[in-house]
Amino acid sequence: MTQLPSTLPAADVTPSAPKRRRRWGWLLLVPGMLWLIVFFLLPTVQLFFTSLYDPSGSFETGYTLTWHIQNYSVALSDNLSLFARSFTYAGITTFVCLLLGYPLAYAIAFKSGKWKSFMLVLVIAPFFTSFLLRTLAWGAILADQAPVTRLLKDLSLLPQDGRLLATPVAVIAGLIYNFLPFMTLPLFASLDKVDPGLIEAAGDLYASPFAGFRKVTFPLSLPGVVSGTLLTFIPASGDYINAELLGSPGQYMIGNRIQAAFLTEHDYPLAASLSIALMVIVIALVMVYIRQSGAVDLV
Amino acid sequence: MATVTERRTPEASRGTAQMSAQPRWRPRRWIADHIILLIGVAVLLYTFVPISYIFALSFNQPSGKSALAEFHSFTVNNWTTICQPTGLCDSVKLSFEVSITATILSTVLGTLMAFGLVRHTFRGRGLANIIVFLPMATPEVVMGSSLLAMFVAFGFSGVLGFITIVIAHVMFCLSFVVVTVKARLAGMDSRLEQAAMDLYANEWQTFRLITLPLATPGIIAAALLAFSLSFDDFIVTNFTSGQSVTFPLFVYGSELKGLPPQLFVVGSLMFLISFVFVIAVEVWRRRRPSY
Repeated sequence: MTQLPSTLPAADVTPSAPKRRRRWGWLLLVPGMLWLIVFFLLPTVQLFFTSLYDPSGSFETGYTLTWHIQNYSVALSDNLSLFARSFTYAGITTFVCLLLGYPLAYAIAFKSGKWKSFMLVLVIAPFFTSFLLRTLAWGAILADQAPVTRLLKDLSLLPQDGRLLATPVAVIAGLIYNFLPFMTLPLFASLDKVDPGLIEAAGDLYASPFAGFRKVTFPLSLPGVVSGTLLTFIPASGDYINAELLGSPGQYMIGNRIQAAFLTEHDYPLAASLSIALMVIVIALVMVYIRQSGAVDLV
Repeated sequence: MATVTERRTPEASRGTAQMSAQPRWRPRRWIADHIILLIGVAVLLYTFVPISYIFALSFNQPSGKSALAEFHSFTVNNWTTICQPTGLCDSVKLSFEVSITATILSTVLGTLMAFGLVRHTFRGRGLANIIVFLPMATPEVVMGSSLLAMFVAFGFSGVLGFITIVIAHVMFCLSFVVVTVKARLAGMDSRLEQAAMDLYANEWQTFRLITLPLATPGIIAAALLAFSLSFDDFIVTNFTSGQSVTFPLFVYGSELKGLPPQLFVVGSLMFLISFVFVIAVEVWRRRRPSY
């Protein structure tokens, strides 16, 4: 995960694998590919058909495939605000994660000396304990009677009857917290590959530290920026745990809706069309983004 | 951490000559030189706020039903009565069974795929790369719901449980394993293998004595990643678990009923064990000769 961007150069690095091995090489892929085809591609196709079922059927009586394309217009028009909110929250989360993760990754790559691997362990340390427990702990920290809320009220940064919990701030803060390592690790992976000699050379050529960063370090770290933003944005846009535990129905995201439609309402055609719509939008955004950023070799 | 950075100063300032010429402690200068490290440390501290809260709550003797409501009084009882809440230890056990199985399967399948994709050229390799990438570009809620829809459509709704959870976990861990191992293989010096062949090692010997040891750190990293993704997964598991309860599902379920403080003991223990484990792996890795 941490080294997404370095996947393509493989072809150039190992040009001379003995010819004999090539003939059976694709066999290595068969078991894993089958797994992905049967349990990822096939379900996605199946989900697509489910999204076109006749919505008048039910979980109990069964559905018929009537190519009911209207499911999409209904699902989208009823949930437009949820889609908009999900992508707004995910966008803000990704941006703030980049702002927080970049200096952290930079510090680890260039300034941490012999503490490098220890700091890296600290970056992934949140993964060591349950994501739900951490989110619940955030909820407790931001709770109405907790010190943070009281301090903000004492400083008049929050009105006396104001709350942090059940606001967009709490949900976005939770998303930022949970997805920060997904940003930091790929950033670190590409910053770590930057030769410090290049930055020194920029300095020798009278570039100010900032110009050196802008013209040398940052462009070289772009693959990390691209994979970090993707690894943050994609899960954040489909997340519903933060909205559920830290927010109220006013902050619910599209994931909450899909989850409820599937697991509580058992409205499969609606849930499926929402899922497919989410997937298509996310993949379209990812494609545009990858193309725009010129990091086509990511895939 | 402050002392740490201070001690490092001479080494860090090798590039900036004017620093070493000023042995006197000048706070503003020091801050300017270390601003990025300070921001990095601050961000790290921030990530530890909820974790320390989990530790604190594990010593909480709650007054009401939920350990989360407020810190009432200090106790160590929670640490000795971990299994008291009904179903808690069973859920931890199931989580371990699921994630160990999923880790082994996804690491083996994913490593094979990574070797196939990096070391061999064949038609359709680009397509294979895209199929590997797709699950990472798909929100979990979509993967979970599509698997559930398929299981239900094929009449598997009765058998949802251990097997379906493992199937789902292997599916989303695979891509991450492939990408991690691929990155390691791509960074390897293929001349080492050629040298082995030149020295009359056959292909199997070359693989066993050169390729595999070189790839091992990547494979271990991939396995650790798969384990933590699987152990902590809630969204996909929630769709594919049926009546089975893994640890994240147990936490989610008790959120509605009131959280027993023992949950936070389990959270703290998980953190401590993983921390020690990762440090041990790191130390072991450093002892080995690196290439």
